[in-house]
Amino acid sequence: MHLSETTTTGFFYLAPWIVFFPVIGLLINAFLGKRFPEKVIGWLASMASAGSFVISVLLAYSLWASGGHAQSVYVAPWIHIGNLALDWTFRVDTLSVTMMLVVSGVGTLIHIYAIGYMHEDVRFKHDVGRYRRFFVFLNLFIAAMMILVGGDSYLMLFVGWEGVGLCSFLLIGFWYDMDTLGRSSWANSNAAKKAFVTNRIGDFGFLIAGFLMFWYIGSVQFDEVFAMAPGLQSGVIVAITLFMLIGVTGKSAQIPLYVWLPDAMAGPTPVSALIHAATMVTAGVYLIARSAPLYTLVPEAQFIVAMTGAVTALFAATIAVGQYDIKKVLAYSTISQLGFMVAAVGMGAFVAGMFHLVTHAFFKALLFLSAGSVILGLERGHHHLAKHEAHEGHHEGHEEVFDPGDMRNMGGLRKTMPVTFWLYIIGTLALAGIFPFAGFWSKDEILADAFKEGYTAVYWLLTIAAFFTAFYMGRQIWMVFFGKPRHEAAAHAEESPLIMTAPLMVLAFLSIVGGALNLPGLHTLTLWLEHTLEVHAGEFVLSVALISTALALLAILISWLIYGRKPLEAGQPDPLKRPLGFLFTGMENKWFVDEGYWAVFVNRYVDLARFLADVVDWRFWHDWFHEKVIAGTYNWLSHIFLNRYADQKGIDAFFNGLGEITRKLSAATRRVQNGFVRSYALAVLLGVVSILGYLILK
Amino acid sequence: MTQLDFITVLPIAFLTFWVCALLLADLFIKRKGLTAVLAAVGLAITLGLTLMQVGRSALGFNGMLVLDGFSIFVQTLLLLSGLLGIALAYGYIRRMKIERGEYYGLLLFSIIGMMLMAQAADLIMVFLALETLSIPLYVLAAFARPNPDSEESGLKYFLLGAFAGGFVLYGIALIYGATGSTQLAQIISVVNLSGGFEGIYNPTLMLIGAALVLVGLGFKVAAVPFHMWTPDVYQGAPTAVTAFMAAGAKIAGFAALLRVFALAFPTLSADLSPVLWVISALTMFGGNLIAISQTNIKRMLAYSSIAHAGYILMAFVPFGDPKVLPVSVAAGLFYLVAYTLTNFGTWGVVIALEKAEGKGLEISDYAGLGRKYPALAAAMTVFMLSLTGMPPTLGLVGKFYLFRAVLEGGYVWLAVIGVITSLISAYYYLRVVVTMYMHEGEAQTEREFWLGLTTLGAAVLTVLISLTPQWLFILAKDAVLMLF
Repeated sequence: MHLSETTTTGFFYLAPWIVFFPVIGLLINAFLGKRFPEKVIGWLASMASAGSFVISVLLAYSLWASGGHAQSVYVAPWIHIGNLALDWTFRVDTLSVTMMLVVSGVGTLIHIYAIGYMHEDVRFKHDVGRYRRFFVFLNLFIAAMMILVGGDSYLMLFVGWEGVGLCSFLLIGFWYDMDTLGRSSWANSNAAKKAFVTNRIGDFGFLIAGFLMFWYIGSVQFDEVFAMAPGLQSGVIVAITLFMLIGVTGKSAQIPLYVWLPDAMAGPTPVSALIHAATMVTAGVYLIARSAPLYTLVPEAQFIVAMTGAVTALFAATIAVGQYDIKKVLAYSTISQLGFMVAAVGMGAFVAGMFHLVTHAFFKALLFLSAGSVILGLERGHHHLAKHEAHEGHHEGHEEVFDPGDMRNMGGLRKTMPVTFWLYIIGTLALAGIFPFAGFWSKDEILADAFKEGYTAVYWLLTIAAFFTAFYMGRQIWMVFFGKPRHEAAAHAEESPLIMTAPLMVLAFLSIVGGALNLPGLHTLTLWLEHTLEVHAGEFVLSVALISTALALLAILISWLIYGRKPLEAGQPDPLKRPLGFLFTGMENKWFVDEGYWAVFVNRYVDLARFLADVVDWRFWHDWFHEKVIAGTYNWLSHIFLNRYADQKGIDAFFNGLGEITRKLSAATRRVQNGFVRSYALAVLLGVVSILGYLILK
Repeated sequence: MTQLDFITVLPIAFLTFWVCALLLADLFIKRKGLTAVLAAVGLAITLGLTLMQVGRSALGFNGMLVLDGFSIFVQTLLLLSGLLGIALAYGYIRRMKIERGEYYGLLLFSIIGMMLMAQAADLIMVFLALETLSIPLYVLAAFARPNPDSEESGLKYFLLGAFAGGFVLYGIALIYGATGSTQLAQIISVVNLSGGFEGIYNPTLMLIGAALVLVGLGFKVAAVPFHMWTPDVYQGAPTAVTAFMAAGAKIAGFAALLRVFALAFPTLSADLSPVLWVISALTMFGGNLIAISQTNIKRMLAYSSIAHAGYILMAFVPFGDPKVLPVSVAAGLFYLVAYTLTNFGTWGVVIALEKAEGKGLEISDYAGLGRKYPALAAAMTVFMLSLTGMPPTLGLVGKFYLFRAVLEGGYVWLAVIGVITSLISAYYYLRVVVTMYMHEGEAQTEREFWLGLTTLGAAVLTVLISLTPQWLFILAKDAVLMLF
């Protein structure tokens, strides 16, 4: 290949390798990895993910060099029925490559972190054998996510969509036979089930959208759909986009289907960071951005999307204030931040949404992984204590159940875990949107867009949500890192090893400078995405930035007044509990949404199932229809006719004896098989005679 | 002997030379494992020579032998089964203390006979090939002497084989009487020329002669009612021999049947098709029904092999219909491949469990295999499913093609019988699976590299090929018979 050709064709032909690398990694680990040491397994999986990242970088370079024109990379034929022609084709454009870079980049860092994290986790949970399984699942996730973001049609996207859903299920239920505290229970497994079932509801919406597309357009390939869409009735497009929104609310955890995400924290922390914060849950945002040509056709649908996102952002942020589990706070924070992104892409501010998606991937992965480091630090302290006591002769040891994720057990960790502390601070400032951290720029762009585009309600909802965001993050910092340890384990917490903190430092660096991706005035990301999306450069609105920064600082100040000035004592209730009363009880209990769903949907569903099984199927169908009507009629007939004309025994014997006859027949034939050559020869002769007799006599 | 003659017979000639040299060399070889390796090398080279002939077709030795796509396909299959047969025997005969060098020589001689059978274009040649393949098999069946079971097996096979051979010879004589020739090409031209008027052609004699040839070959492939030797011989012979016999002799017998009937006797189809129909149906019913009451795995598999002969015979029933013939020949060949693969795998598992003095051959000895040796049990499950004809195995695909060919020929009821007997067969095949997985027991197996490779490889291929069977079917379809 000549150099000139290289510049025109670029590295696009490498696109399938973003999937092949993790697939190869998982195959090696799954089939050959039985005797590999942990290090080899972990690094192999990380390298597989890193391979994808390198390919993503090459694709990005090729795109940049070739002027950003979208490329399709054909891999293999898939479905060719009638007029429908679908292939395994990768779509390489600026939008998909942005996602690929985030997925494989953050994914690789989390893989490396997991080498250290899972090493300890599998030991605390006493099942070393699951180490390999974890990395197989993690690579499978990368592969599925790459199919999702790299697909050239809604169907291929859906394959990845379901693939990541499966991986999410497998990894939430990774410790399927215990709960988050390691006690034997089905809690984790139920959490996985909840995530799966909730996502199925969303997928149902996505599927309907796909069917509508196929019915009205005859294709599900992106370019064909977008080209045909303007010719359709707007009602059809509204239906397609809103059904798609149901899928988005499922996968990206928006109202009303967000309930699975907090429970998904049952998975190991790297999973929470990778799947349930940085990548998979952003698939919905990507889907809307990808479908931008459809959404921009129907402003009413856009408004619904934007409001869904904005309401979710505020709603989840209030719940986060009342949580005690370090990961649960971050989970609700993720829902809230996803709300920001969905609101942004709903308003048509696709660049702002994607910008926030990228920066959020950095700082939320950082926060989750740091939280994992905190949790393991407490576990280490706890085990250290247990060993110590056993040594001293306290044989009962730590029988009480210790929750290493409960912030009420923490406190004062800035002294014992200084590296994690500083990393956490960086993540918090980025999330709270403090200048000049990454979150400031991306969140501000969303707010500015809402303000300018006239989505006033959205603007105010998001601004208040931003206030809460800064508040609950401040609360978390004060509770976890300041004050005095509220538990022995926290006092003896130990810092995490370099293999865990090194990826965190990279993420921290990105959280600090990530805003440079799309600085006002430079608009790097805007210019990049412009090749794929119809965008308008977001303007920097000084007043908006000042208001949000002031609110964030105010929120942190308030949180200091409540939690920082007078640190929480062990056993003391949350200081907000008394002044806020029932409001705080609502936040603490997630506004009773889960209970509501149980009362309204799940219990009704169970009742219906019980009704169908017990009343309809058993009492009506079996007891009445089969037993009374069919069997009764049959008995009645048989009493009249069969008793008179045929022996009951004859019928019985016929059916019971059918098998018996077969067996008897074979036993009889066996009797001829007596072992004598003369009988065998006679049989041959008889055969010959009958054949010849037939041929001559017929 | 012209150059063309030489090319026609090259693989067989080479193998004959090789086996003669091998017998001599064996005198000086201490470790008989080396003889096995040399035999395998000879087969591999012969396989290479055979594959080099792909695409050629020719008549050689004045019309005695024919080389065409069909013969190449069949010979390839035969040579592969020879290799598998050596792989199964390698450890087995050492373990059973019957490791003698002649074993491999006899095996190769038998393969030479089988390969000749695939190329025979003259009835005399068919008979010679039949004897060449049979006599080494008689000896091999009795190879475990002085074990009385094995000796009995060999003698029985020999006596009945000679008896059946007589019918073939008598049939050939009658056909010669009817047409004045034993060469297929000349028989065909005589039959076609004398269509309307009485020449030298005598249709009645021809018909009876053809029926007698059918009897003799029916004996070889173990079709009911010429099957009664099968269980006794299969049970008594050393298991590795049984494995080879069950596949090799069937392939060769069917190859000869296909060529002779499809080429020389299509005019007789009105009379012979019903006979074949009945034989096929009887064989399917007989084999499957009697297999149910067997408790010895070798005997059960013997009846199963009878039943499968019945399925392959289905492919012959529409032999007079030129439209259906190509499809049914292809289906028959495909089924032979499927059966060969599954057959060697199954017997491999049997060998793995067999102990000295005929122990470990009851189906009850398989109890607990699933827990103790999951890979082996999984392989056996694949084979049992394949023999039953269930997805995802080659057996299902093979049956599908066969039934389709029969349906295209218009024999609906035969297909129905095929389906019903397959259902019956599930009863005893799945019993093995149930025994392996659901009964408590202490199954013991031998670990031998080549045995394990053959078994697991066969299982993997049985599943894999069934996922994309089309290429194999196309290969079988392209392996056409050369017309004269």
